[in-house]
Amino acid sequence: MTGRRLLDKLWESHEILRREDGTSLLWVDRHLVHEGSHHAFAKIAERGVPVAEPGLTFGVADHYAPTRGAPASDAIARMIATLAANTAKHGITCFGLDDPRQGIVHVIGPEQGLTLPGLLINCGDSHTSTHGAFGALAFGIGATEVSHVLATQTVWQKRPKAMRIDVTGRLGPGVGAKDLALAWIAKLGADGARGHAIEYTGPAVRALTMEGRMTLCNLSIEGGARFGMIAPDETTFAYVKGRPFAPSGYDWDRALELWSELPSDADAAFDTEVTMDASEIAPIVTWGTTPEDALPVTSTIPDPARMQGSAAERARNALDYMGLTPGQKLTDIAVDQVFIGSCTNSRIEDLRAAAAVLAGRRAKVPGIVSPGSQQVKAQAEAEGLDRIFIDAGLDWVGSGCSMCVAMNGDRVEPGKRCASTTNRNFRGRQGRDARTHLMSPAMVAAAAVTGHLTDVRELMKEREVA
Amino acid sequence: MSGWRTHSGLAVALDRENVDTDQLIPARFMSTPRSAGYGEFLLYDLRTDTDGTPIADFPLNAVPNARILISRRNFGSGSSREAAVYALVDFGIRVVIAPSFGDIFASNSVNNGLLPARVSEAEVDAAIAALADGAKEVTVDLTDRTIRFGNTTLEFTLDDVWQQKLINGWDDIDLTQNHKQAIAAFRAQHVQRMPWAIPVQQTNFRSAGRDTVSQ
Repeated sequence: MTGRRLLDKLWESHEILRREDGTSLLWVDRHLVHEGSHHAFAKIAERGVPVAEPGLTFGVADHYAPTRGAPASDAIARMIATLAANTAKHGITCFGLDDPRQGIVHVIGPEQGLTLPGLLINCGDSHTSTHGAFGALAFGIGATEVSHVLATQTVWQKRPKAMRIDVTGRLGPGVGAKDLALAWIAKLGADGARGHAIEYTGPAVRALTMEGRMTLCNLSIEGGARFGMIAPDETTFAYVKGRPFAPSGYDWDRALELWSELPSDADAAFDTEVTMDASEIAPIVTWGTTPEDALPVTSTIPDPARMQGSAAERARNALDYMGLTPGQKLTDIAVDQVFIGSCTNSRIEDLRAAAAVLAGRRAKVPGIVSPGSQQVKAQAEAEGLDRIFIDAGLDWVGSGCSMCVAMNGDRVEPGKRCASTTNRNFRGRQGRDARTHLMSPAMVAAAAVTGHLTDVRELMKEREVA
Repeated sequence: MSGWRTHSGLAVALDRENVDTDQLIPARFMSTPRSAGYGEFLLYDLRTDTDGTPIADFPLNAVPNARILISRRNFGSGSSREAAVYALVDFGIRVVIAPSFGDIFASNSVNNGLLPARVSEAEVDAAIAALADGAKEVTVDLTDRTIRFGNTTLEFTLDDVWQQKLINGWDDIDLTQNHKQAIAAFRAQHVQRMPWAIPVQQTNFRSAGRDTVSQ
């Protein structure tokens, strides 16, 4: 008999019952809601049922949160007010705009210690896989499922297949978790991990900080996986210890014992195994309209004429939308603006990485920097990072989903090209007809400095020479 | 939600891969209450010019009474927004046929009576070719998992649980209420095993540099 995987241990410790058809009813430890949860609140109101566990439910304003001044429209203000009203009505703690704990849901969960190893975490947002970085079973759900969790604190789910992405070697200078994530998505495709829960393993993953691990797990859904996870270790425990909602005293000691049992057994088998060598990964940028359209920044735009069937057609459509030509060097692509933020890359280390490139330099294009939470913002200001961004000519704004999802009024105008630390280069994602290139915070900073896509390692060399 | 067994109607092809949920409904429409209807938002940026004029030859504009959509791999990928399903359903679509679907989109679909029917890439190629000269009447049967058009019959793949849910129009909250005792018993032993499963604020939030300026 083969050993149990992290996925199995998490699954079995939350399984209330399993139907004959194989669907499990799972207990939900943390349910995070945001403005978009209004459909789900409306559904339970329609049925006249209460929220089963208000104490396990936390609300936060992020998707529509203004980053500069007041909400941009009445409709946006109404979304934020509706969240406040729904959470107040049901006795749910809500980190609203005036709460110093406010920020992007996938930033504040870990920051407040609500996200812990061994928990099951749901949120009506596909990037909930972020929390898997702690060795939690975390997955995004739709509005009907959100209403089910509100009403019962449980969720029906079939156990997914298990994929292991093992990353050997170590990431080079200027290469980080974002590059690693885009590299595997480019290799396997935007649906390469569909139907799977991914466990990331190997020395390159172990070497990542918690923030890097969150970036990696966050992007699992961009390769089709609803779940991404990393077994907890000393790095995890050090991050969690002392957080506001983390256990303490006797409970902390007991928690450490349980959490130490979570890693997959040495003889555990996976349905799909993928191996990558971190030392072969270069800084990566996207050129098309899905995250699988990703290449090392040293490459050229691919030629649809050399592709087969529907892939060729898709590439042609993507290049047409993006306004790019086959054979063009990626580093020749000029950008109109930059964006640093989102649940993927807005944490303090992301801001430090971008600031390290921008320090003492001027951005050639405008851009905004939106820290992932008010806590991150305060930390960055304490470190003087805000001055670096402002002195470089970028706007230092409030925290929220902002220009990643273009719901709060922050958007890229039609035809404009944005170097962005976000997670989706989909058509229209950052605004109608917006052209998005995804990359790491350091790479976005490099693009800001030169005005075109740039290998950040070149700018780092300049620093060494100087 | 009411269940269904067969569905007939005009099918159109959306000959694209990776039709993500941001395309199915652009984010800017999502503050609209559902009661207002989401049909007009479906694929809005593909269906209209920048000034909002419908593009006449876009499949869903050419066949506004389409009930079945055939598309390519990874349909409904991306954001978990159930509004993407609302847009399809409110437009009148009850079946989407594709080689693969985003996991969250597929479960959202079934929760709203929309069938995500999986067929092979080759069958999609053939079906799209068959629709090249216009929409065709198609019949989808949930009970035997078949799609019929002209003389062609395709078998689609669908999880057994989802098949039953679509046929019966099951509501999960009703089903789950039957397990109240099991849930309560689980909760008690779970919290005993890991008391931190109930979050209690142990320390104050870090107030250093508390920012009151930005809002």
